[in-house]
Amino acid sequence: MEIYNYMGYELLEKIKNKEITIQEVVQSSYDRIESTDHLLHSFVNLSKKKAVEKAKEYDLYLKKSKQTGKLYGLTFANKDLICIDGFPTTCGSKILEGFRPPYNAFVIDRLTQQGTIHVGNTNMDEFAMGGSTENSSYGPTYNPWDLSRVPGGSSGGSAAAVASGQSIFALGSDTGGSIRCPAAFCGVVGLKPTYGRVSRYGLVAFANSLDQIGPITKCVYDSALILEIISGKDPLDSTSVNNTVDKYTEEIIKPVDKKVLGIPKEFFGEGIEKGVKSSINKSIEKLESLGATTVEVSIPHLEYTIATYYLLCMCEASSNLARYDGLRYGKVSDDPSSDVYSAFSRTRGANFGPEVRRRIFLGTYALSAGYYDMFYIKALKVRSLIRNDFVEAFKKCDSLVCPTMPSTAFKVGSLIEDPLEMYTQDILTCSINLAGIPALSIPCGFDSNNLPIGFQIIGDYFDEKGILNIGYQLEQELGIYRKTPSLKTGGK
Amino acid sequence: MVIIGLEVHIQLTNLKTKLFCSCSNDYRKADPNTYVCPICLGLPGSLPVVNRKTVDFATRLALVLECDINHQFWFFRKNYHYPDLPKGFQISQYNKAGGKAFADGGKITVRLNNHKKDVILNRIHLEEDPARLVHKGSIVSSPFTLVDYNRSGVCLIEIVTEPVISSPEEAREFLKQLKSIVQYTGISNLELEGSVRVDANISIKGHERSEVKNINSFREVERALRHEIVRQKNAIKRGKILIQETRHWDEKRKITISLRSKEFEEDYRYFPEQDLVPIEIDDKFIENVKENLPEMPNERAYRLRREYMLTEFDSENLVLDKRIADFYEEGANADPSFGSSEYKQYCNWLMNNISGWLNEHNTTIEKTKITPKHLEDLIKYIREGKITTKIAKSFVDDLMQGKSVSRIIKERGKTRLSDEILIEKHCKEVIEENPQIVEDYLKNPKALEALIGKIMAKTRGQADPSITRELMLGLLKK
Repeated sequence: MEIYNYMGYELLEKIKNKEITIQEVVQSSYDRIESTDHLLHSFVNLSKKKAVEKAKEYDLYLKKSKQTGKLYGLTFANKDLICIDGFPTTCGSKILEGFRPPYNAFVIDRLTQQGTIHVGNTNMDEFAMGGSTENSSYGPTYNPWDLSRVPGGSSGGSAAAVASGQSIFALGSDTGGSIRCPAAFCGVVGLKPTYGRVSRYGLVAFANSLDQIGPITKCVYDSALILEIISGKDPLDSTSVNNTVDKYTEEIIKPVDKKVLGIPKEFFGEGIEKGVKSSINKSIEKLESLGATTVEVSIPHLEYTIATYYLLCMCEASSNLARYDGLRYGKVSDDPSSDVYSAFSRTRGANFGPEVRRRIFLGTYALSAGYYDMFYIKALKVRSLIRNDFVEAFKKCDSLVCPTMPSTAFKVGSLIEDPLEMYTQDILTCSINLAGIPALSIPCGFDSNNLPIGFQIIGDYFDEKGILNIGYQLEQELGIYRKTPSLKTGGK
Repeated sequence: MVIIGLEVHIQLTNLKTKLFCSCSNDYRKADPNTYVCPICLGLPGSLPVVNRKTVDFATRLALVLECDINHQFWFFRKNYHYPDLPKGFQISQYNKAGGKAFADGGKITVRLNNHKKDVILNRIHLEEDPARLVHKGSIVSSPFTLVDYNRSGVCLIEIVTEPVISSPEEAREFLKQLKSIVQYTGISNLELEGSVRVDANISIKGHERSEVKNINSFREVERALRHEIVRQKNAIKRGKILIQETRHWDEKRKITISLRSKEFEEDYRYFPEQDLVPIEIDDKFIENVKENLPEMPNERAYRLRREYMLTEFDSENLVLDKRIADFYEEGANADPSFGSSEYKQYCNWLMNNISGWLNEHNTTIEKTKITPKHLEDLIKYIREGKITTKIAKSFVDDLMQGKSVSRIIKERGKTRLSDEILIEKHCKEVIEENPQIVEDYLKNPKALEALIGKIMAKTRGQADPSITRELMLGLLKK
């Protein structure tokens, strides 16, 4: 078996037993990138020189000592909006061309301390605004299962990199589904933790009350492994929470026979593809066969989530993206200007893409005097109704199960001209961000085009161990997680 | 009738670090853009964390001003673009749209022409200071604008009054009291350059108001207000209709300039800052801050009246500057033989001669070398008749250099005859001996020099020329 096809936890074992060197692991990542990235375009920047040096250093260290980090020698790809000291960070935008943050994000420090090796930064929708990775200023990423399709988004580069073996795992960020959507479309495992579980320090904000960093991995066990490392209170993020970090890797292997699974009926409504629905139902049956029971629950305000989510995220984005004016970093409009306001406008007009500009306009409008109560305040009220819906549902069950996406990956270019249709793709994911609860997407099957289908498990606040547990047991039962993509262009 | 409301921004200069990061607050002597980090530069991905000490400082001020402290403390974003604002928004507080200021209400009592008045406050709130823009020469002619982010993120506290101030003098007195309170609470050193900025809303009753921004010191406020009132009154006299507008105080030209009218006012799109979580301020915390509050100026004035038998006027003036009041108590207390007349004298010396000298030299007492003991000795020398008050006054320069009274007398005794009585005796003799010159003097005042010359000859140049001149003039008048 090729090195790049191993699970993360298997590689850790082989490195420890000296069956594989870290240099071989890193080399296999870059070989894979070399042979596939012209097809996929997962990466926007590579850190090869540093990674190769680090691998050498780590191998030498291993000869002398057994005391190593918990993720010693694992390669990871970083979504291009999580800051790494001195490494170019563009957020998929021209406006940040040339920006190199002078500091590490909290998650990067945590991963580095445990011996991971960064291979490069991955492509994404500009400022994480999008669900297909087509909104990148650096061109789209393609789905490893069918190169004519999108990988999902906005963490499309990260999901494609993991699915194709370009890195062992990746970091993503999820504001309305940006980890789970590409995980579902690319047939990998994506986890959006509880808001506050993982520090956002060093994550470039899109919508700061919704954003959360999470791992994208090949299997649930790896996801649990990474989450253990990146979770916890960070004094530099006031919204990070000091709850106990569970031993996820021990929790997940427990049986699920006592679990009560809620089936939120609104998540199975119109617009869910037949192939998706039947695959989800088969997986629920599998869980029942493991002893779990199911109960129907309701999230009555689901129909308002798209409107609420988009309103809030646009308002927040309009403020979060106000700092990109070209004055301190990033690209400046070439045209010298007489006054500072026209310079700002020109820089922003020329270097933000159309989707980002659309969201800034709409968010600015909704926050303006006279509209604020009608839009922003109202959306906040609906947000708390949606939150309450979930709180009520969790009184009847341990976790909710449903599809991650209404369909499998769509063709590149098929939705890009229709933003509203694109927005409705988030219907099953964005309510989770509004509530701030955790959710996991794992591959559960394939449709008639051999495209992966994502199974979503939604947990109560800080119950990552519960959803990882269900995900792990289902994954073992389904036995498809080692399937690898074709890297070919499909039909239709 | 004039209506004035003030918004006073004060930097909490006594904090060690900025409002949302651990960069040093003490940026004034630093090279530009050296006291910065990803947070106060607003770099992508950075997040603010509230400096807990600011809560303590703001609580102190709120308690002294008798405001109602809100038990939940959180921030809003004020969105606007300007080169001094690295995030494109300022983290501030807002008392609408579900927001609350740090504390509401409160008052400051001012005295004007022996009449007391409570200036009612609307609220106090906290916010971050923007960066500093640096120009070459004036803002208009400068070929460039430089941005120094050292100031970015320094904690400001804003004190907003109700529109209840009715004259520039009242505004001056208000600021005098506020300055004193801020000094006593120990939250800021308002003598540091740029530590205070004032915006003033001014209107003539029945007409639209203007907001004058950019008044960068307490001293300038009275001046700016006077100017703006005259401008508005003149416009009304000429039948012009005043519009609601924002004006800029031009410190160099001492005039206000129109910046923008109300219809072009910015919409700041205030909304909650969700990178921060609300901080609970409970009664226990407030009680604890209250217990640790030092004596405030009004309490001290009351005590000084009792302990030193000072008048209300004297005691209130004396306490205004804590350093002066500390000096007073140290000196007046030191000699057990001192009683009400010495207390009064000590106060007069401090408030008139010493404070006058400090004003003239634009300095403060702790920067000079005078000690409370020096002044105590001076008063004893006067009491014992060793020197006259007039002579004592001529000692002030030397006292401020740190010379003791006995040393000054010794030095002067060697080289200069400064005893008034002796000089006066010489003067009388010279007038009697030289009736012709006295007669000339009555026609031509220049003849005075001849008389003084005679005295210098008699004393072989030892008489103090200024005292001689003064005494001679006094005698000649008779």
